[in-house]
Amino acid sequence: MKKIRKNRLYAVLFIFGSSLLATVLVLTALNQNINLFYSPSDLFSSNPSPNKSIRVGGLVQKGSLMRIPDSLEINFIITDLKEEVTVNYSGILPDLFKEEAGVVATGYYDQTNSSFQAFEILAKHDENYEPKEVVQALEGK
Amino acid sequence: MNRTFNSLKNFYHKLGSSPWFYRISGITIPYIALFSFLFLFIGIVWGVFFSPTDFKQGDVYRIIYIHVPAASVSQAIYYTMTVAAVVSMIWRMKMAGIFIKSMAPIGASFTFLALISGSIWGQPTWGTWWIWDARLTSTLVLFIFYIAIVSLYSSFSEKKSADQAVSILTLVGAVNLPIIKKSVDWWNTLHQPASIKFTESSSISTEMLYPLIISIFGFYLVVLLSGLMAMRAEIAKREINKEWFKNY
Repeated sequence: MKKIRKNRLYAVLFIFGSSLLATVLVLTALNQNINLFYSPSDLFSSNPSPNKSIRVGGLVQKGSLMRIPDSLEINFIITDLKEEVTVNYSGILPDLFKEEAGVVATGYYDQTNSSFQAFEILAKHDENYEPKEVVQALEGK
Repeated sequence: MNRTFNSLKNFYHKLGSSPWFYRISGITIPYIALFSFLFLFIGIVWGVFFSPTDFKQGDVYRIIYIHVPAASVSQAIYYTMTVAAVVSMIWRMKMAGIFIKSMAPIGASFTFLALISGSIWGQPTWGTWWIWDARLTSTLVLFIFYIAIVSLYSSFSEKKSADQAVSILTLVGAVNLPIIKKSVDWWNTLHQPASIKFTESSSISTEMLYPLIISIFGFYLVVLLSGLMAMRAEIAKREINKEWFKNY
């Protein structure tokens, strides 16, 4: 390789290396803040302020979903299979929201009665795609 | 071994020659157009009308046949632009500069399509059009890099300096590519991890996977087609006064 091209190669490596380093530093500094939500375990270990809105995510625990009659209010438990947190919410739910499915709730965590007051519920679905007929046939067995 | 290397080297030098590229691309474009239409048509029609309904998401999942191919090519275009940027910086090959200039708007369009289709998919399934999670944000950053490359290029009047400046910017933006890919594994995101896996079995059933793969292939062909056409246009623009072009 000619000397001038070798020098340009060093320039390429330097530009790429320095932007990589800068990005790694930024991402390391942000660390926890890049996560979209706390799992219930993270929530208990990080003691969030009750006045700051945060997100909690996990699975809706089986059998925990309770609807208050004649209102839009619901209660359910978000679990990461280690810890769990009770969530209160009043409003419209996304179609994919159901028990044993993924959920991300935005709201305020009150440590005194250890409940989570949500003002937004988002459904988190997984990466599995199966034909409806196949699943129904399997469940029918 | 030496022979393969020589023919590779030969091909590399030919790629650098604009008259050769202009001629070869002119011959192949009609065939690529035919195949890209076929694959795109079969993939999307099969996916949207004939693939089975998903057990969880119902019919709304069918937007996957647009969203995943668009997202895939939007990143692949940037990978190829990064290679071109390195070639352009080290060897000052003018075709590499033409390549970056031509591909950037195409990449921007497909990233935009991925963002919009994802948004339309997110509303009925997640319950929101947009969320600042790591996958969505890093894809938006990719879109901004494409736009920045297009606008940086257009701010130069001299092509040679434009090519060099744009190469540096492309190289800087390449850092974002692994972040997009790994974002769903490194952090908690609303976006789910990948369904198509190369090392283990995919988490999408084969009846849904086949039309998806055909559609992805169709999208790559469309990118190839539009890339070749854009590069031809750029060659014509730059070399309009050259002897070979006048005699073409």
